[in-house]
Amino acid sequence: MSGHSTYEPKTGFERWLDTRLPIIRFMNDTALDFPTPKNLNYWWTFGGILALMLGIQIVTGIVLAMHYVPHVDYAFNSVERIRRDVNYGWLIQFMHANGASMFFLAVYVHIFRNLYYGSYKAPREVLWILGCVIYLLMIITAFMGYVLPWGQMSFHGAVVITNLIGALPVVGKSITTWLWGGFAVDDPTLNRFFSLHYLMPFVIAGVVILHIWALHVPGNNNPKGVDVKSKADTVPFQPYYTVKDGFAICVFLLMYATFVFYMPDALGDAINYVKANPLVTPQHIVPEWYLLPFYAILRAVPNKLMGVILMFAAIAVLFILPWLDTSKVRSMRYRPTARLYLGIFFLACLVLGFCGANPPDQPILGHEPSGFMLLDADINSIVWLSRIGALYYFAYFLLVMPILGLTETPLPVPEGISEPVLSHPAAAPTGAAAAPEKRG
Amino acid sequence: MSKMLRKGLALAALGLALIGGQAMAASEADEPRAPSGGWNFDGPFGKFDMAQLQRGYKVYREVCSACHAMDLMYFRNLGQKGGPFYDPKYPNPNDNPYVKSLAKDIQVKDIDNDTGDPVQRPATPADKFPAPFPNEPAARASNGGALPPDLSVISKAREGGPSYIYSLVGLGFNAPVPAGLTVPAGKYFNPYFVGDVSSAWHGKGPAPKGGFISMPPPLAPGKVTFDDKTPSTVQQQAKDVAAFLAWAAEPKQEERKAFGLGAMIYLFLLTVIVYFSYRRIWRNVSH
Repeated sequence: MSGHSTYEPKTGFERWLDTRLPIIRFMNDTALDFPTPKNLNYWWTFGGILALMLGIQIVTGIVLAMHYVPHVDYAFNSVERIRRDVNYGWLIQFMHANGASMFFLAVYVHIFRNLYYGSYKAPREVLWILGCVIYLLMIITAFMGYVLPWGQMSFHGAVVITNLIGALPVVGKSITTWLWGGFAVDDPTLNRFFSLHYLMPFVIAGVVILHIWALHVPGNNNPKGVDVKSKADTVPFQPYYTVKDGFAICVFLLMYATFVFYMPDALGDAINYVKANPLVTPQHIVPEWYLLPFYAILRAVPNKLMGVILMFAAIAVLFILPWLDTSKVRSMRYRPTARLYLGIFFLACLVLGFCGANPPDQPILGHEPSGFMLLDADINSIVWLSRIGALYYFAYFLLVMPILGLTETPLPVPEGISEPVLSHPAAAPTGAAAAPEKRG
Repeated sequence: MSKMLRKGLALAALGLALIGGQAMAASEADEPRAPSGGWNFDGPFGKFDMAQLQRGYKVYREVCSACHAMDLMYFRNLGQKGGPFYDPKYPNPNDNPYVKSLAKDIQVKDIDNDTGDPVQRPATPADKFPAPFPNEPAARASNGGALPPDLSVISKAREGGPSYIYSLVGLGFNAPVPAGLTVPAGKYFNPYFVGDVSSAWHGKGPAPKGGFISMPPPLAPGKVTFDDKTPSTVQQQAKDVAAFLAWAAEPKQEERKAFGLGAMIYLFLLTVIVYFSYRRIWRNVSH
């Protein structure tokens, strides 16, 4: 899509087609000859893994939709029927259910790779924003998909999440009723969730095409974070990265298969094997693991509306990330201080995940609360831990990123991909070492 | 493989384990215990013991089915591949004579084709396990207000799975009621049942783990006579019925593991081949 096309039609048909619909030229330039930095490491293979996971989810999902019955009386049993009576239905259903978790695992690695190597910085802001759109669509799709088996957690999760909209002033109640298609989560809700769950992946696929388009204009970032200078810095995508991505995909599939074949229920909740019953509320309502950090942020705030706003803000803040980061150095290889803060950010996400999985009043240390109340909650409780985690989550984006880029002293950045760092940091002239404004 | 990737994957696995482990530790009951020797269907190569499944079915049929439905089970399931009464001579379980005779012993509801009147007839392998009660209020009315849960996927629906079932019906009812605990009328204390007994606790220290269950002790020594002469102790009955319910919760799980073995070997070989292709293609690129 960018640069000079290297495609030369070889047969008469290809020449004929090339002057009418240059689709082979397009495929060649984007998927085969595309010049790719030669120093990409394994963290860059997750884009390919994600594309594959989207494909797997769509294919298995289409087959599941042939057998699934979106009705409150039959949904639960129809999923079980797929496992019991449909040929290889167990395989397709377990692949789809565990595939969602694998999809999110890969997307989180992909996002953290972006954060570490600064891939969201100019000129890749639009690429990053499209990625955020995909992530948001994935969350919505996964949430609605989790409702479909109509187990206890499906139902009560849907109740909790849709009720959040009700926290909006004035219009909240009306919007919730409109979303439900009634006055509670019921058959109309299940039907529309099924319809939208089928639609969304194709919307995601559309945005993925834009995402790849936006990738191919500036080309890939790379672990050094410096721009490609010449052809010597790149290799054609095929065969170099098809085979490297291929290897990573195989390793990823081995892990995915371990879940599907040997512990298909490990990532789910046992209570979702109980048919939805509106009259019996489970003791602890928790979302799937990949949404736990956001759930923790939601519950960290005593005010419902503020909690909802903060939860959405946790995703919204990602969209403006390129303008929050003031550092001109892309790769954190040359930003040791930023690396430390990102490490803490990663831990904060795990801590938030842990908080989301546990009841708010549960003590962290020991089995007894400290008895010391700070504001509305015991100091030794999940509530306060999630508040600390949420505070750091936002501080990282809103304080650390803008300030650190202006104050830190990055290590010397190499001139190009093929050259090593010009001189040892210790021997480098002072001007070279302290150059945060330098374009990587 | 790069060191960083390995570190990252290890961290991710650790994070998942942490989250999962904590989520499971939240229940207020004794940790379910597996019978000594564990379950022979555990692990990637585990298989069900057919004799055990047959005994387990007998326990379900003669004891549990008086109150508990298994709405997802058909008699044909008993004769399908991996099932308790599978016979390779009858690839179609509906033809299996043993399954036919098991079904025939049970009466199911039907409609008389000529008159439209409700009738009872002997079941066929194509029939569902009939439910003991016509509806939920009827089930509650016969059980002191409590609803006996459907057992089709109960093994997946409870933390601990078959070990939970074994502990609940095989061990829990024999546990002595702690002194200082007032058991409400019509209820039974069971340390493996998830619940909160603190309001009925007058003893010293924290309230014991466990809950009050409405189900009376279902098993008794010799209550079920096993055809293979296995001594019919409470623990044996509990073990066998738990295995049967573990099978019933996912009748295709042996197929899943067998298919998985092939898939893993295939993927592993593919990974090795692609790795060496990668090394070969990149051998002349300095990066």
